[in-house]
Amino acid sequence: MTTQEHTLFDSNEITVSMGPQHPSTHGVLQVKLKLDGERVMDAECVIGYLHRGVEKLGEHQTYGQFVPTLDRMDYIAAVSNCLGYCEAIEKMLEVEAPPRAQYVRVLLTELNRISSHLLWLGTHALDIGAMTVFLYCFREREEILKIFENYCGARLTTHVFRIGGLQYELYDGFEEQVRVFVKDFPSKVDEYETLLTENRIWLGRTRDVGVLTKQEAIDMGVTGPCLRASGVEWDIRKSNPYAAYADFDFDIPIGEKGDTYDRYLVRMEEMRQSTRIVSQAVEKIPDGPIRAKVGKIIKPPQGDVYHAIEAPKGELGYYVVSDASTQPYRVRVRPPSYVNLQALRQMVLGHMVADVVAVIGTLDIVLGEIDR
Amino acid sequence: MAEEDEGRQQPEEAGSHEPVADSTADRGAEKPVVPAPPPKKPASGAKPRGPQKEPWTDPLIEALEKTLPDQRVDSYTFLGLRHLVVRRERVTEVLRFLRSNPVEAFDFLSDETATHWPDDEEFEIVYVLFSFQTHNRVIVKTRVKEWESLDSATSVWPGADWLEREIYDMFGIRFEGHPNLKRILLPEDWVGFPLRKDYDIRLQDVEWVRKHLGIESGQKFYVGKAKHEDD
Amino acid sequence: MDFLIDYIVIPLIKIVIVFLAISGVVAYLTLLERKVIAFIQVRLGPMRVGPHGLLQPIADGLKLMLKEDIVPSGADRLIFTMAPIITLIPAFIVFAVIPFGPTIELFGRQISLYITDLNIGVLYVLAISSIGILGVILGGWASNSKYPLLGALRSAAQMVSYEVALGFSIIGVLLLSGTLSLTGIVEGQQGTWLGFIPRWNIFLQPVGFILFFICGVAETNRAPFDLPEAESELVAGFHTEYSGFRFSLFFLAEYASMIVISSMAVTLFWGGWLSPISNTTPVGLIWQLMSVLWFSVKVLVFLYLYLWFRASWPRYRYDQLMSLGWRLLMPLAIANVVVTAILALILRG
Repeated sequence: MTTQEHTLFDSNEITVSMGPQHPSTHGVLQVKLKLDGERVMDAECVIGYLHRGVEKLGEHQTYGQFVPTLDRMDYIAAVSNCLGYCEAIEKMLEVEAPPRAQYVRVLLTELNRISSHLLWLGTHALDIGAMTVFLYCFREREEILKIFENYCGARLTTHVFRIGGLQYELYDGFEEQVRVFVKDFPSKVDEYETLLTENRIWLGRTRDVGVLTKQEAIDMGVTGPCLRASGVEWDIRKSNPYAAYADFDFDIPIGEKGDTYDRYLVRMEEMRQSTRIVSQAVEKIPDGPIRAKVGKIIKPPQGDVYHAIEAPKGELGYYVVSDASTQPYRVRVRPPSYVNLQALRQMVLGHMVADVVAVIGTLDIVLGEIDR
Repeated sequence: MAEEDEGRQQPEEAGSHEPVADSTADRGAEKPVVPAPPPKKPASGAKPRGPQKEPWTDPLIEALEKTLPDQRVDSYTFLGLRHLVVRRERVTEVLRFLRSNPVEAFDFLSDETATHWPDDEEFEIVYVLFSFQTHNRVIVKTRVKEWESLDSATSVWPGADWLEREIYDMFGIRFEGHPNLKRILLPEDWVGFPLRKDYDIRLQDVEWVRKHLGIESGQKFYVGKAKHEDD
Repeated sequence: MDFLIDYIVIPLIKIVIVFLAISGVVAYLTLLERKVIAFIQVRLGPMRVGPHGLLQPIADGLKLMLKEDIVPSGADRLIFTMAPIITLIPAFIVFAVIPFGPTIELFGRQISLYITDLNIGVLYVLAISSIGILGVILGGWASNSKYPLLGALRSAAQMVSYEVALGFSIIGVLLLSGTLSLTGIVEGQQGTWLGFIPRWNIFLQPVGFILFFICGVAETNRAPFDLPEAESELVAGFHTEYSGFRFSLFFLAEYASMIVISSMAVTLFWGGWLSPISNTTPVGLIWQLMSVLWFSVKVLVFLYLYLWFRASWPRYRYDQLMSLGWRLLMPLAIANVVVTAILALILRG
């Protein structure tokens, strides 16, 4: 009786684990792929390698102490984390940051959005093989990080806002530096577009790859540029304006098909629109105090609040429950990348292995935020 | 124990972490649909200040009452956000109604999370919904006892999948009908649910650490021992 | 005595010179790549080892030679060692037929500035470069590991596919030159049209050249066709298990084949060692030695193009790569042959 020997070429499905350490998974993400030849039959994401218990920490630190911890979540766009939380607490305390603080907040948050998208573009292009775009994006990002460093002393984990407003007054030469950046930047975006947008190879790698239809996106809870590229017109800056966004004039790019190419175009256009906001903001920063009277000990009244902002990656929401003490009773962070990553599986089914890398890049995930 | 108390910086020392007396304590009991009066602050002599809960009744609530009677426990507006408290038995039907009702459709699930109220031995599950038409949010809350389970919202929104997995991972709440309810952020064989209030912040699953990392965790408190026992 | 000198001593000297020169160029090509790509990316590249990093290749070579010799368990040791050698040697011996310059007169002897002139030179080049593919497959197989094997098979499939189109793209030149000998092809490109346009095959076979170069880039597994060996891919390339000296041999083989393709492009389409100013066999020793310089400059231009491609473009996905080779380049190459044949028949009677 002969037994059938299964060799490598007999089996149809192989399971390959991509990660947790892998040059293209943007952090410690493990994707378990079931492949039939080159086609992906199933994809399962394993996360939690970077779980640090931020939400638990929130219950044991005071409201003010907790703000720097949040920088470490989405460490690429730390300013947004700070903004969302400070605004949530200000909502609970029923105070409003003064106009000067609001304008500076908008300015720095938009610079932060540009810097996050630049990093996204660099790493996404690098994964697909265009090495040079990566270095060009980082050259521009340096300029933004210099502004942050001059303002608050840190480039990455900035802790730039406080509950009630700002901590630091603007430094001499801030407006000048921002104006120089705003003047140069649109031509740089044009440079990236020249390299990628009409490039045959780029189109081939991103067109019709990782399609997420409008209904799928809404069902999965996807937010941010991924949702807008699928055709849903929703940007929290326009629908529920916070900080001083209502005073600014900007557009929201909407895509059509929801494939990787559309997400690329939406984010490129968002960079341009953010530059527009920054150029408007830097001209009309009002004078006045930079921080509202909040008091040394922050004790919001009993109750809960949910406040969401439009972070570069999507809807960043904070659900804070207070029990009238100096420490929150519960802080919940709704990470945009966490919910977006759920959609990876259906975006990748039926595609090839090389497309998985492209799709992970296009979702723009940060594991610090996903795992908290 | 003194040693224990100094370590725990829990709200215990700050005073009150029992929930506000009235409207919240009514949950779980069979309650008529009259919204509870706004809570009086247990103030130390000062007049009630701070945000108040305003009752919320509008066509949406009326439609809800008509379609799913007796499910609403309370509905109020607090700090500009509308809150709807419902009973846990048919929470998915309430969500489905909210998603596709003609008055104001809340077709986007922003977030789903939970809070532990150990004094009531309850978890409060919170759904945050958003409407694309009116750009409004509503927070839907429901309470389950610590030993009870809840219907999964994945039948209404597939995107609740990972959100509920995280709630299960952190709190231990089981969701009926969830396609893949297993731990997501913590390792699969971790014992203990960290975000519960009886899980000390320095607690670790020492067995897991010993087995997988081969080292002694060195934490004072560990799962399996009662709170008052030290090493 | 004459026989000894003409047929043994002089060729040996030429072989040694060519071998040393090509090795030097291959080594410094690695540095050139890093520098050129760095400058395109607004940075400086290697700067520390020697002035402006000029001793970098020597440092790299030393490092790779001194590394630990690792052979994966279960690997066939002999084949594991032979595979990079099988890839490297063909890349070098192709240079035996490439003409670097015309025949010069030195010490009363006619010395030709090429090692040999095979009358089937083009065939020789194509045949020998095909042997290199064997080394790739053997390297992947000898690693005794699933993924290098799959990567090796993908690389080999890619190289074989583009080799076919490569061959077809050259046929146009052969139809026009009427000879397979590389020196013959170069000498056939002498003379000018209208007094100043050199009679290079590029003007007669532009499509052929473009096809040749693209297929050459794909043949050598270089960007944008380098998916089988890219770092961000799952299925690692065939040289995953290789480290140290054996890896450096694979590495050198890749750069040597880049130089082969560039040299062939120059020889077949751009007039070889002919200078564009006076497109004839030069007279006088200095002018004749200048031809070698012209040849080098032209080869350098195409090497720069290789590096430019790598810095600028993303990479093709594997199925797009294969589809490009078989569905676009092959039919184009065949069409090129047919059109060239018809035109040659009409215009030359």
